[in-house]
Amino acid sequence: MSFDAVIDVKDVTKRFGGLRAVNKCSLRVERGSITGLIGPNGAGKSTLFNMVAGNIVPDSGTIYFDGQDITGLPPYQLFAKGLLRTFQIAHEFSHMTALENLMMVPSDQPGEDLVNVWFRPDFVRKAEHHVRQKALDVIDFLKLGHVKNELAGNLSGGQKKLLELGRTMMVDAKVVLLDEVAAGVNKTLLQDLAANIERMNQELGYTFFVIEHDMDLIGRLCDPVIVMAQGEVIAQGPMEEIRANPEIIEAYFGSPVEAA
Amino acid sequence: MALIELKSLVGGYGGVPILNGVNIAIEQSDIGVIVGPNGAGKSTTLKAIFGLLKVTSGAVVFDGADITNAQPDKLVPRGLSFVPQEKNVFTSMSVEENLEMGAFTRADDYMPTLKWVYDMFPPLLEKRHQKAGELSGGQRQMVAMGRALMSKPRLLMLDEPSAGLSPRYVIEIFEQIVKINKSGVGILMVEQNARQALAFASKGFVLAGGQNRFTGTGAELIADPEVAKSFLGG
Repeated sequence: MSFDAVIDVKDVTKRFGGLRAVNKCSLRVERGSITGLIGPNGAGKSTLFNMVAGNIVPDSGTIYFDGQDITGLPPYQLFAKGLLRTFQIAHEFSHMTALENLMMVPSDQPGEDLVNVWFRPDFVRKAEHHVRQKALDVIDFLKLGHVKNELAGNLSGGQKKLLELGRTMMVDAKVVLLDEVAAGVNKTLLQDLAANIERMNQELGYTFFVIEHDMDLIGRLCDPVIVMAQGEVIAQGPMEEIRANPEIIEAYFGSPVEAA
Repeated sequence: MALIELKSLVGGYGGVPILNGVNIAIEQSDIGVIVGPNGAGKSTTLKAIFGLLKVTSGAVVFDGADITNAQPDKLVPRGLSFVPQEKNVFTSMSVEENLEMGAFTRADDYMPTLKWVYDMFPPLLEKRHQKAGELSGGQRQMVAMGRALMSKPRLLMLDEPSAGLSPRYVIEIFEQIVKINKSGVGILMVEQNARQALAFASKGFVLAGGQNRFTGTGAELIADPEVAKSFLGG
């Protein structure tokens, strides 16, 4: 197969006590795609997602990011490599403005070092100006200009989610892992959020790996959609195919009662 | 007259409403089962009935009386009982102490009820002096259900009673729910495995996006292929 997998999960297993949450799971996320991950509760999708994001270390198997083995690397190292996640519950700094929240994202800014602040103030100023400009560009892209100086804690749920997206743009992430981006967002803002994800994908070349319960959002954004059930990948394809697949409908709707 | 009726219930946890007009009505003889895809508002519906979140419009009518936004301490004496999905037992207390806690609101003699609960769940009698935290998942669920029955409810609400249980216990718990219902307690429960739960439901409610999508007997809903498809959106 000659396609360009930016995330390549190979035979990954994770047990919690006696429960095999993820069982020899393999999947790929193609560069430039918006790939969806769905499955009924308990399918193991969050566990898999958390392993890719570096929040859980697999028991066995390998995860490659951009050709490099990243198995077991912590999130901050993945961040440096350009693999970022957003959270279901937005993690904004509520007492900072939207703009300041974005400016916080890049690590190792020269102004963090007192020596620089005292002896190289111009350098600090320039670097900060650069970060600020970048943040303003992101604000502009996401059309959050009218709230840029608002405290992030005062933003609506949907605007906080947009800000989460914006954080990933501050460091030019290669791949963004979107965790339940629709949760707690009203329908109108959700369309706005979806449109921004599509623009980031099409205009800026971001790859997205999306875990989501909102099937309509998955249907709108994602191709392919990967379906997990009981710790394994059971299907992959466009959403129309997934919706028509009786095995998947069964996985969601439940299996018939078995004799004890 | 319905034992409980939800009329166009709207509510949530502040911010975006989760329930956008839910209608449910069941009799005391019913086993009502609420199913639907994730985020449909199933558990939220039970919590809204039990006063655990704010209902912003619509009404909950129990036995002819409006109980919208009434708090749990007022609802239990009226004959409503609720088994949450998680943290539903006092792990450091014995099985019997857990059950006694369920009779907290009662001034009369609860010993007959305790006996009834032990008849319903024989394993609990055997383990009555053991700490609830030492029991298996299935037995804990029995303690939780038994605790909820100690107030002698007319309506027992269960949030995913089979969650996390092995298949053997799932069937056992379901059988016990049917038994509780036959002894005269109305059941309103949320389940993840829709097909299994609808199989013994006298009334089924499929929610999606905080609204009713399909309503019918359990058998009708299982037979309708559109119902199963609705779990994948579209």
